[in-house]
Amino acid sequence: MKAIEFRAVDFSYDNGGFAIKKLNFSVEEGEFVAVLGHNGSGKSTLARLCNGLLEADGGEIEIFSMPVSEKKNLYEIRKNVGIVFQNPDNQTVASIVEDDIAFGAENIGLSREEIGERISFALKAVGMEEFRHSTCTRLSGGQKQRIAIAGVLAIRPKIMILDESTAMLDPRGRKEVMDVVTRLNKEEGITVLLITHFMEEALRADRAVVMNRGEIVMQGTPQSIFARHEELETYNLSLPRIGYICNRLRDGGIPVHDTLDEEQLAEEIAQCVLRQSI
Amino acid sequence: MLKDVSFGQYYPVDSFVHRMDPRLKLVFLIAYIVAIFLAKNFYGLGACLLVLVLAVAFSRVPVRKVLRSMKGILFLVVFTAVINLFFYRGEEILFSWKFITISKEGIIFSIFLVLRLFLLVMCSSLLTYTTTPVALTDGLESLLTPLKWIKFPVHELALIMSIALRFIPILMDETERIMNAQKARGANFESGGLIKRAKAIIPVLIPLLLSAFRRAEELGDAMDARCYMGSKNRTKYKKLKFGWRDLIGFLLVAALITGVVLLRVYLGATI
Ligand SMILES: Nc1ncnc2c1ncn2[C@@H]1O[C@H](COP(=O)(O)OP(=O)(O)OP(=O)(O)O)[C@@H](O)[C@H]1O
Ligand SMILES: [Mg+2]
Repeated sequence: MKAIEFRAVDFSYDNGGFAIKKLNFSVEEGEFVAVLGHNGSGKSTLARLCNGLLEADGGEIEIFSMPVSEKKNLYEIRKNVGIVFQNPDNQTVASIVEDDIAFGAENIGLSREEIGERISFALKAVGMEEFRHSTCTRLSGGQKQRIAIAGVLAIRPKIMILDESTAMLDPRGRKEVMDVVTRLNKEEGITVLLITHFMEEALRADRAVVMNRGEIVMQGTPQSIFARHEELETYNLSLPRIGYICNRLRDGGIPVHDTLDEEQLAEEIAQCVLRQSI
Repeated sequence: MLKDVSFGQYYPVDSFVHRMDPRLKLVFLIAYIVAIFLAKNFYGLGACLLVLVLAVAFSRVPVRKVLRSMKGILFLVVFTAVINLFFYRGEEILFSWKFITISKEGIIFSIFLVLRLFLLVMCSSLLTYTTTPVALTDGLESLLTPLKWIKFPVHELALIMSIALRFIPILMDETERIMNAQKARGANFESGGLIKRAKAIIPVLIPLLLSAFRRAEELGDAMDARCYMGSKNRTKYKKLKFGWRDLIGFLLVAALITGVVLLRVYLGATI
């Protein structure tokens, strides 16, 4: 079943110019899709169209076959599509972790017991059970963002969209969040749409999509996308240096996997060298 | 400087006072403030102080922390005390020089004023130390429920309050950051006349406001995305419930008010 489907969607902000142009795009249930694109390419607009924060000017958007354009679906759609935004400070409503996670669950009218259970479930899913009664402002960036994820999880969405949710974090916080997201996708079967600037994050996805000026210009497995690095550059995206090293190694006949993880690459080169010397 | 403002920050421990019902805590706070103003002699204020000490002791909030809430308004307190000391028109004049006169009544009045402000700030900050913003606003919402009948947006008001409380520390941090950035560019907030200082604040205020609006917009989106649709169909995770602690609190506050009134009637008013 298709979790998200865009058919010939157009969108422009009031001040003119298309932000999304004749976009056709779909995500299967349970899929992990990464969306790449330079600043202003329309990634956030895409995310906001998915749950009706923005309304398309033309075309059709469906979430699990429910048209987003119909007002009566909006509530059901927002229950199904959780969005985690970039700045963790600006998406927590309450000062205490537990109260904040409860917010979404309260909004959908659950009973007290149910909300309590959902808080426990969500905190466990992001690995932060011991912080239930902590103050949000005292947490690290990565922890705050995991709480934001928990706040969305408490609604139990089937789809989770992360709009550059790791952009403000340090490498460690980024890894924490990415590990949580990957696990949610693999273990809980949540469909993930990951919007990111970091190429190495896109490697975790089943499929990567590159956007440019409101259009999808490249699509495929992350590996196949990274292999087309000249084309990526025309869209103002460049691989981290290690990506080029991988490509060159392969061109030179050393069969390494595509990775943006230095340690893993070192390991693979070592294996190759060992094999060849035997 | 801004770090000292600790008002509105919850102190997370589990204690007798923490477990009291927020609605009653709010009512107690009001009753306590009434008691402070009913007290017209030092015995009455002494009784108020005693109750405060008891409350702090049973809240498990460090005394140092409670005292720190005074820091923010220390200047205001000293200022009003000094003004009153110099200009209070009393009978028994102890010292007089040009337009300044210090009278016995003036001294007593100033001491009274300082003590009252002290008690007032302490008990209010104790409330915020021991009550999470959500509990506080839930309590307020519940107390204001009757206003819903005249279509007053009680739920919205309470939500606005809790969000405001939540953003105080964040905006404080931000102010400090902007001030440091301006200082690095040569701005000076500490010296110069009042007008010069006020002018120096403008380059801090404008970015702060812009950022606050941006935050508000993002928060609005995040709330919408988390299915916020107003109070309709909304449930509450924390249920407010009266307990034996509230009864004890009630007895204590009732005793305080009676005591203060009796002390005033039998021992006379000092001011
Ligand atoms: N609120 C807005 N009002 C007007 N125009 C906007 C608004 N938000 C975005 N745009 C414009 O729409 C286009 C797409 O913006 P969008 O935010 O979707 O890009 P993005 O890919 O998320 O960029 P970034 O990487 O910077 O987050 C840009 O040209 C941008 O200038
Ligand atoms: Mg964006």
